[in-house]
Amino acid sequence: MKYLMLVCADPDYTPGQGEGAPDIDDWVAETDGKGTRLMGSRTRPASDATTVRVRDRQVLVTDGPYAETKDLIAGFDILECADLDEAIDVASRHPMAWHGMIELRPFWPGDED
Amino acid sequence: MAGQAKERIAGIYADGWSRIVATIIRLTGGDWDLAEECAQDAFAQALQKWPESGVPDQPLAWLTTTARNRAIDRMRRASTEAAKLREVAAMQQAPEPPGARDSDIPDERLELMFTCCHPSLNLDAQVALTLRSLAGMSTADIARAFVVPERVMSQRLFRAKQKVAHAGIPFRVPPPQLLPDRLPAVLHVLYLLFNEGYSDAQKTRLSREAIRLARVLTALMPGEPEAHGMLALMLLHDARRPARIDANGNLVTLDEQDRSLWDQAQIAEGTTILSRALRHRRAGAFQIQAAIAACHATAPVAAQTDWAQIAELYGQLARVAPSVVVELNRAVAIGMADSPQAALPLVDAIAATGQLDTYYLLHATRADLLRRAGRWSEARDSYRAALDLAPTEAERRFLARRLVSIPSP
Repeated sequence: MKYLMLVCADPDYTPGQGEGAPDIDDWVAETDGKGTRLMGSRTRPASDATTVRVRDRQVLVTDGPYAETKDLIAGFDILECADLDEAIDVASRHPMAWHGMIELRPFWPGDED
Repeated sequence: MAGQAKERIAGIYADGWSRIVATIIRLTGGDWDLAEECAQDAFAQALQKWPESGVPDQPLAWLTTTARNRAIDRMRRASTEAAKLREVAAMQQAPEPPGARDSDIPDERLELMFTCCHPSLNLDAQVALTLRSLAGMSTADIARAFVVPERVMSQRLFRAKQKVAHAGIPFRVPPPQLLPDRLPAVLHVLYLLFNEGYSDAQKTRLSREAIRLARVLTALMPGEPEAHGMLALMLLHDARRPARIDANGNLVTLDEQDRSLWDQAQIAEGTTILSRALRHRRAGAFQIQAAIAACHATAPVAAQTDWAQIAELYGQLARVAPSVVVELNRAVAIGMADSPQAALPLVDAIAATGQLDTYYLLHATRADLLRRAGRWSEARDSYRAALDLAPTEAERRFLARRLVSIPSP
């Protein structure tokens, strides 16, 4: 199964709680090596985001993210895993699971390729 | 003859339902709705045929085969795509798992339990799925037990099953490295069900199902002492059920219960299971709570309760599962083992944290200690505070009786 892994900041994070977090380069090397991580990237901050909407056939472009996400999303990865338990395991070894949080979204079936 | 067959079916239902559902979920690669439908159909056929043909020698095998055939039939009819048809054909060729004997039927209820209680499902969903697929309760009965409209419960079950399928929750017993994380979730759901049924006489079925499922769990996981500890705790609490409410529906406190009403056989079973669990020397919160329940259950009269031992056990419990409620219970035990004067400073310290301001038992405990210490006017104030917060009518009646028993100024 394919999962979108949204790598997010946690506004409630208190420094020190993520003590002992693994290294991101190790995580990328390991998951790339196993073929678990199909691709991924950090993303530019919310200040560089653009939101696009079409209403009444008019393209509406606004600066910044749509309100709720604020500066939460810091990056993403696409995983190929046997099941949710494997995806949870992979996510839990990403440093941002320690310093922030990670949301796993399964792909819509049939849309994978 | 007909009556006998119906009785046999009722006897097989609780365990049979979950085993058939688990088998068909595995067979269909995760179609929970179809699994329930086929289990239902198998029992309906049994009700129709067995009264006439007699109960088959291997009833579980009969039911599983019937459900399995139905599942294959339904899938064949539903699928027009060639790929699906190939899948069904492969299923039919698979070595027939439901052999001729009941003992050949694989027991996959443990897989089902861990899937129902997967942490990616919210607690309400875990509870609902457990009751539907493992206890075989109807959606209407589950809705009634949780006082929500049937439509809401059926939505909840629908979403939970969808999440299992869409998110890729595996149908399996977690590997050993995940068990320390996952087993507590299963225990939590079963114990929640037990309590739900224990606190309300209308819902005793939930407690019965929780005990039954805890028996299944301990049989399938003999090496997990906390599972055994939980079963022991349930049995010990449940043994006192007949004495908890008097003829007028009033709650009877432990010290005033008629101990001849306690189920001695069940107490003996609970203590045996507990002592076997404790031999693993991995005492967790359930085993310690069961040990406390055993202290109460084995005291011939309330005055002979070993409160010093209970205070010690609450101290242990506070170390493995720290909480202010545990501290409060430790204070109660010290108040009994030693004196109300020894316990009051502990209770006051808990009250000072403000964490239990709205917890009626804090005020009720304080009231009781003050009453026993002869501090009448403070006791009255605390009883009134407890009365305002008590959640059930039985508890309010009990507190009101205590309040009027205090000598007037």
